Amino acid sequence: MGVRLKARLGRHRCRPKIMLKYLLPLGLFAALLILLGIGLTLNPREVPSPLIGQPAPNFTLQRLDDPSQTVSEEIFRGKVSLLNVWASWCLACRQEHPQLMELRKRGEVLLVGLNYKDDRGSALELLERAGNPYQVIAFDGDGKAGIDYGVYGVPETFVIDKQGVIRYKHIGPITPEDWEQKLAPLVRYLEKQP
Amino acid sequence: MRWLPILALVLTGLALAGVEVRQFPDPKLETRYHHLIEELRCLVCQNQSLADSNADLAEDLRSEVYTMLLAGKSDQEIVDFLVSRYGDFVLYRPPLKTTTALLWLGPFIAMALGALTLWRLIRRRSPNPPRPDINDS
Repeated sequence: MGVRLKARLGRHRCRPKIMLKYLLPLGLFAALLILLGIGLTLNPREVPSPLIGQPAPNFTLQRLDDPSQTVSEEIFRGKVSLLNVWASWCLACRQEHPQLMELRKRGEVLLVGLNYKDDRGSALELLERAGNPYQVIAFDGDGKAGIDYGVYGVPETFVIDKQGVIRYKHIGPITPEDWEQKLAPLVRYLEKQP
Repeated sequence: MRWLPILALVLTGLALAGVEVRQFPDPKLETRYHHLIEELRCLVCQNQSLADSNADLAEDLRSEVYTMLLAGKSDQEIVDFLVSRYGDFVLYRPPLKTTTALLWLGPFIAMALGALTLWRLIRRRSPNPPRPDINDS
């Protein structure tokens, strides 16, 4: 009995060590929680594109509205452009559509569409019904240009500067907040560059 | 239980319908093809390889790999083609870079820390020489 009591008293003497013994696991646990918390706020669907800072990949595609004419990456030269990858079968694209119409109305950027793995008829019909926000649309029926641009889901939007270099890739529909907070500041900055 | 073989037959039929038939002039190419699509990740269903995934994009990328193999491209050229478009993310074994260092070395660091903790714990608990201040009463 006496021995045990003494042992306990003996342990109490080194208080800082006991504190460390409890605080260390608690601290580690808190660190782990913070780490997992950060992990939760990241979107695993957003894979960083290796194309940022690279010239927009070459393509020569038929125009959606006129197969006898072609569009190529040359179109990006000289103005800040958005390349919006969309399809009539893509529901999230419809969600984004009003935002694109708004952009067209304001006319701040050149809005180029890449109609990805779509049926020409249904794509044109959709634009007829909902309105066409694009200045030009390239028709990528087999999705080959999409592969060159690293497209893995629609909608995706590339911001391309006046030199034809990709500066940003937005994955998923553009919400008004996305435009105001992420895309518009970049577009305005690029607008001022030579 | 007479229906069991029939059911089995129907199910195999369904399974076969999902498999793409690809012709290879050389069995070596076929092995390389299967090896490549096992090693490459589908970006749509991120936990599946190109071989496993039924996603549209996976199908396109498989046929892209196939065409490039038949065109005589090396494995490295095919992998580079995909990495230049989709990034290191398409690789199940990304290269060791500053951005992936933690991914590659993290487990070893964690193991070393664990071993160190274990070693210290064991050393502390090993039979100590009896302390005079406890045992003298």
